Amino acid sequence: MLIQFLLVTAILLLVVLLGRSTSNARHMAFRRLFLLVFAIASMVAIAFPNLLSRFAQLLGVGRGADLLLYALVVAFIGSLAMNSRRATELARMITLTTRRLAILEAETSTPLNAPGPARPDTDRPISPTPAPDEPGA
Amino acid sequence: MPRATAAEFRRADAWFVVPAFNEGPVIGGVVHEVRAAGFPVVVVDDASSDASGDLARAAGAVVVRHATNLGQGAALQTGIEFALRRGAAYVLTFDADGQHQVEDAVAMLSLAATNDLGFVFGSRFLDDRTDTGTLKRLVLRFAAWFTRHSTGMRLTDAHNGLRVIRADVAAQVDLHQNRMAHATEIVRQLGRTRAPWAEYPVHVLYTDYSRGKGQSLWNSVNILVDLMFR
Repeated sequence: MLIQFLLVTAILLLVVLLGRSTSNARHMAFRRLFLLVFAIASMVAIAFPNLLSRFAQLLGVGRGADLLLYALVVAFIGSLAMNSRRATELARMITLTTRRLAILEAETSTPLNAPGPARPDTDRPISPTPAPDEPGA
Repeated sequence: MPRATAAEFRRADAWFVVPAFNEGPVIGGVVHEVRAAGFPVVVVDDASSDASGDLARAAGAVVVRHATNLGQGAALQTGIEFALRRGAAYVLTFDADGQHQVEDAVAMLSLAATNDLGFVFGSRFLDDRTDTGTLKRLVLRFAAWFTRHSTGMRLTDAHNGLRVIRADVAAQVDLHQNRMAHATEIVRQLGRTRAPWAEYPVHVLYTDYSRGKGQSLWNSVNILVDLMFR
């Protein structure tokens, strides 16, 4: 009985904690609905363990606990994938922000038409500069 | 926009883009050589913890500094964008560790300008000047093979840091691969522009320094993973 109480409390806590993250509206709505369904299903499974077992047998899985494990593995991999996607998006944002900042900083600290101290041969044309071993030359 | 022909554009319009992360011992020398040949240089200091940025600036480069370390691909993209904003006619990518020769770059630039090529890749395998070790040679051959199959571009040396890219073509480059996998990505993106291109034999000089900084084989694994899970 104690374990049932602990598990249900943990799930409720999870719903509260995960349900209030911020992101784009549709994804967030999906995540919250999924979480809600998952929470209700797991509480039902905790309250009526036989129900889970019968459902598992219906699906051809031996025990309810096995079904739970499989579901958990799938959810875990899904969550890894989602996390890595979000990390990639975040890294992209950081890259773009850093790049913009770096370019603006450099542009404000060095005047536009001064790529560095002037050198005598800056105005030298590229060609004719015969390369020693240019193909086809 | 009319493109500059070989006769029209000057060395001041060909920007060298040099990504640098903790290259303090060599960056000054590399920048100095490029500046002495009359080219503008932008060094992208990828949040080095040493004085790379100051040394590059002192040698005559414009320094663009990332606030956090992002990787060579990200630094390259930053440098390309900066050079284009400065009105570059050509962008040259050049490694900071001193393994490339400025004469090779000039020859490639001249080749690109006279034949109006969109881009020119350096290759260390077109002649026998470059002395690669057997293992490195194998890895690079594999990289070239992989690049050929994933991009359709027949390159002999896909991971050579020396490239010349015409401005209108460079403007179409948008690297998302922040780390080393950008080498394949840039080939793919340049190939997609359908611009005429060429490979040019270059001499890659392996010093103890560049060997020490060079990529380990483990990094090849990272590159493959980066390319597969984008």
